[in-house]
Amino acid sequence: MHIFEFIRPTDPAAAIAAAAQSKTAQQGADVRFMGGGTTLIDLMKLNVETPDRVLDINRLSLDKIEDTADGGLKIGATVRNSDLANHPKVQKDYLVLSQAILNGASAQIRNMATVGGNLLQRTRCVYFRDTAMSCNKREPGSGCPAITGHNRTLAILGTSEHCIATNPSDMCVAMAALEATIHVQGSKGSRVVSFGDFHLLPGNTPHRETVLEPGDLITHVTLPPPVVGSKQLYLKLRDRASYEFALASAAVMLTIASGRITHARVALGGVGTKPWRSPEAETALAGKPANDATFRQAAEAALRNAKAQSENKFKIELARRCLTYALKMASMS
Amino acid sequence: MTETSTTSPIGRDTPRVDGPRKVTGLAQYTSDFLFPGMLYGVPVEATIANGKLLALDTVAAEKMPGVRAVFHRANIGRIFRSTPAPGFDRVCEERRPPFEDDVIQYYGQYIALAVADTFEAAKAAADAVRATYAKEKSNVEARLEAGHDPDVVFTTYGPVPREQSKRGDPEGAFASAPVKLDETYVTPAETHNPLELHATTAIWDGTMLTLYDSTQGVVNARSVLAQMFGLPKENVRVISKFLGSGFGGKLYPWTHVPLAAAAARQLGKPVKLVVSRKMMFQSVGHRARTQQRMRLGATREGKLVSLMHDYVYHMSMLGDYHEDCGEATPFHYSVPNLRASFGRARRNIGATADMRGPGAVPGLYATESAMNELADNLKMDPVQLRLLNEPRLDESNGLLFSSRHYVECLNVGAEKFGWAKRNPAIGSMKRDGLTLGWGMAGAAWIAGRFEAAANVQLRDDGTVRVACATQDIGTGTYTILAQLASEKTGVPLDNIEVELGDSALPDGPISGGSLATSSVIPAVFKAADQAIASLLIIAVTTPGSPFLGHKPDDLALEGGRIFVKAEGPGKGVPFGDLLRRANARLVTGSGSAEMTAFAPNPKFSKHSFGCHFVEVTWQAEIARLRVSRVVTVMDAGRILNPLTGRNQIQGAVVMGIGMALFEETIYDPQNGAPINSNLADYMVTVNADAPPIDVTFLDYPDKEINELGARGIGEIGLAGIAAAITDAVHHATGVRVRELPVRIENLLV
Repeated sequence: MHIFEFIRPTDPAAAIAAAAQSKTAQQGADVRFMGGGTTLIDLMKLNVETPDRVLDINRLSLDKIEDTADGGLKIGATVRNSDLANHPKVQKDYLVLSQAILNGASAQIRNMATVGGNLLQRTRCVYFRDTAMSCNKREPGSGCPAITGHNRTLAILGTSEHCIATNPSDMCVAMAALEATIHVQGSKGSRVVSFGDFHLLPGNTPHRETVLEPGDLITHVTLPPPVVGSKQLYLKLRDRASYEFALASAAVMLTIASGRITHARVALGGVGTKPWRSPEAETALAGKPANDATFRQAAEAALRNAKAQSENKFKIELARRCLTYALKMASMS
Repeated sequence: MTETSTTSPIGRDTPRVDGPRKVTGLAQYTSDFLFPGMLYGVPVEATIANGKLLALDTVAAEKMPGVRAVFHRANIGRIFRSTPAPGFDRVCEERRPPFEDDVIQYYGQYIALAVADTFEAAKAAADAVRATYAKEKSNVEARLEAGHDPDVVFTTYGPVPREQSKRGDPEGAFASAPVKLDETYVTPAETHNPLELHATTAIWDGTMLTLYDSTQGVVNARSVLAQMFGLPKENVRVISKFLGSGFGGKLYPWTHVPLAAAAARQLGKPVKLVVSRKMMFQSVGHRARTQQRMRLGATREGKLVSLMHDYVYHMSMLGDYHEDCGEATPFHYSVPNLRASFGRARRNIGATADMRGPGAVPGLYATESAMNELADNLKMDPVQLRLLNEPRLDESNGLLFSSRHYVECLNVGAEKFGWAKRNPAIGSMKRDGLTLGWGMAGAAWIAGRFEAAANVQLRDDGTVRVACATQDIGTGTYTILAQLASEKTGVPLDNIEVELGDSALPDGPISGGSLATSSVIPAVFKAADQAIASLLIIAVTTPGSPFLGHKPDDLALEGGRIFVKAEGPGKGVPFGDLLRRANARLVTGSGSAEMTAFAPNPKFSKHSFGCHFVEVTWQAEIARLRVSRVVTVMDAGRILNPLTGRNQIQGAVVMGIGMALFEETIYDPQNGAPINSNLADYMVTVNADAPPIDVTFLDYPDKEINELGARGIGEIGLAGIAAAITDAVHHATGVRVRELPVRIENLLV
């Protein structure tokens, strides 16, 4: 582990000013914000992250869940995953989010992990996490051994010839379907980023994972007002019953009137290089009868552009089944 | 003997006597011990799997704060080889001492050791060491082809013929058999992954070396380390008080142990070395990958006429370890024509080693899977096929079995499981919208004893101390020894002190082969008898004793009281009273018993038997497979402690679910690294995967093993379970998976 300075600012402006000195907010950052530390500290122990300064943001009063004026929800960046998943309003109006969080990690990790940190959760690709290996995400230009190596759990959507790392977050999949908005305060003021714009595709810059710049502090996330009558479900498929990242997951929201789908939001997890909202699936569902044929067509549409590697072809079919079944179960809920 | 007495602790559900110490944190595991001035060592691992170490740059590391030294080939000092010996003494799977040469044989081989004031400083220094290699192409190929080995190969435990068992004309009988099966079964490399990491702390006092080591064999570790440092055995002491298990991976010392000792010698300070989880996948052993061709021939009625079990396993470039997949093959079923043979494939990997049920567990996966597939081909119930081929004796050597109740295991298991209700049609059984799969398989494991010695003291405060240099690896050995001492003396468990895990105690067996319990019984009983004999002499000779004038033979000890046999125990005197009257703090007795396992010219064929019946649920829509119910029946001799015994079997079944569905060590094709070297990517069963497991012990004493008739139960629960699960998977899905683990992708058809 690299020797670092640990700072516990109490004032967001000071935190932002300190972080703004970092040469990047992406891989290789020399200043890092720390929420629960469940990703960052792990990666520091592995020497994947080697910040000189770590800013603990838990004293910035970003830990509240509040109603917004428009009837939505404002979730502070340091709200713990457990608190968010068990919040009454989340369980009532944003069930898919609660389910997604509770399907992730373990109770102990959820008690530490924060919302802001989960937005920035890093891939579990074994090559990324081992500094003895090449990795374009960790060391740009060094190569991607995953493409010819062990890639069973890696991405089939949004990949590039430089990187096929999966985004592992469950929470983000639900947030993508819920069309959350991310609120960022930086040295040049505050701004909002729609969820779909927040994470970047790897392309030829896999070390750049989000739109964040040095000094950018995620202060909170807002959820739009709940969709009345929305049927929601998060389904996660994995090898074992618990404590494992998704091989494929689906967050779905359906509104059905007189047997027809009037509103559909779909996102996939475990298969994309970023939390994978599927407008193709949503289009395939909109206005159609809520039946198995429609759901299958939506799943076909969602995976149409999937690209498999040597070991993960099965994930295409698994993701199809995951989405089809999630839609079916949601429609029946 | 009071084994039928209502007060006997034998055969009674007995909570672990060390339980309170464990749950309150008083139990000290190896890395919990701290010593004044102790330093911390962190090894540097090679990042190639084949080639030469050309240069090490340690300059930056040596300058880092708190760093005391960076050791490597040039400055570690002499470490000698531990040479092979017959039997179970001086065993280690990687005989090349660390840093002996510059040849890299596997990824993760130690090339240097950073030692510092804190673990963190040592880790940072280890990370700062830079190595230059001449890298050669490494071979970690998963497909196995036998190398060019002689007909008899040298293995860890001695020479073994590659055609390990043969009778009749297996090829000819197979060729003419009306019903045949010819399939190959593959099991992957598996990593032991006990929760407690390997750890060693070495302390020198002149030429005396003390090692606190997480080991399943303090006596063997003492012998190995004495050789490695050129010391008399009595100069080395190895202590291992509690283990967070080992699963065979901690049976024998690995290279980190002499490294810690050598660093401590060079620096004149205690050095602690804890192996990281990642290193646990590299340099402390693993279960070999196996590829097993099974050929079974049978009559149309299902009588076996030929069985050929020809297998290949992978092994390291350095090791001798033999993965004996054919261990149970020659005796398990009646078949006139049989061959079990093996070949070996060398790979650039760390050493292979014993892992829970070594050999037999992968072997029985293949043989029992083949039996299930043969039953399928015969359109016969798999239980019936086994009943039809039950042998009268061990057909490999003509010996009678000391105690075999396999048929009863099968019948009891079938009854408890409700097997009669099985509809053999694929996917035909449903419950709550899920497809059910039912499968079964048999199990077997060796039985016998290792050499063991023990000491028993009866003390003037009415307590008993029993001591043996075996270990409790979490299975309940402390409790077993307390039960044995209580059985002999009548002293309640609370008043019995058990000392284990210290090579200074009377030599005890490794905690391996499921043989520790059976081995210590005669030793402890003899020691207790000797202590009691001493007590009775005191009883008849001590002035003022109520037993003056009696002969020792007139007296007995029961319930902690000495009494005249003719008068019965009612008028007895507590032995502590007598010792105080004699001004004796204690009497002591020693006992030992010889090894009977693996001994030449046995009178009986000694094995444990068992079977598993498994239910899986299958939801094809989302390819979700879960094990939902297991019924296990074991014929493992007399069970001394059914509570911890059931726990052993249940734990093994849970591990078996991992073997069937999750566990696999994957080697990176380019650099040969075990690439999933952590507990997120190397999947083991979690609680949510563990179904209700109904364990039944038949509890027939096997008096050929020891006076209580107890065999061992640590490993047999893992034998056969994977074959039962894959059979259930086939019943539910129609897919025969012959390469473990069963993955979702195998079933997405």
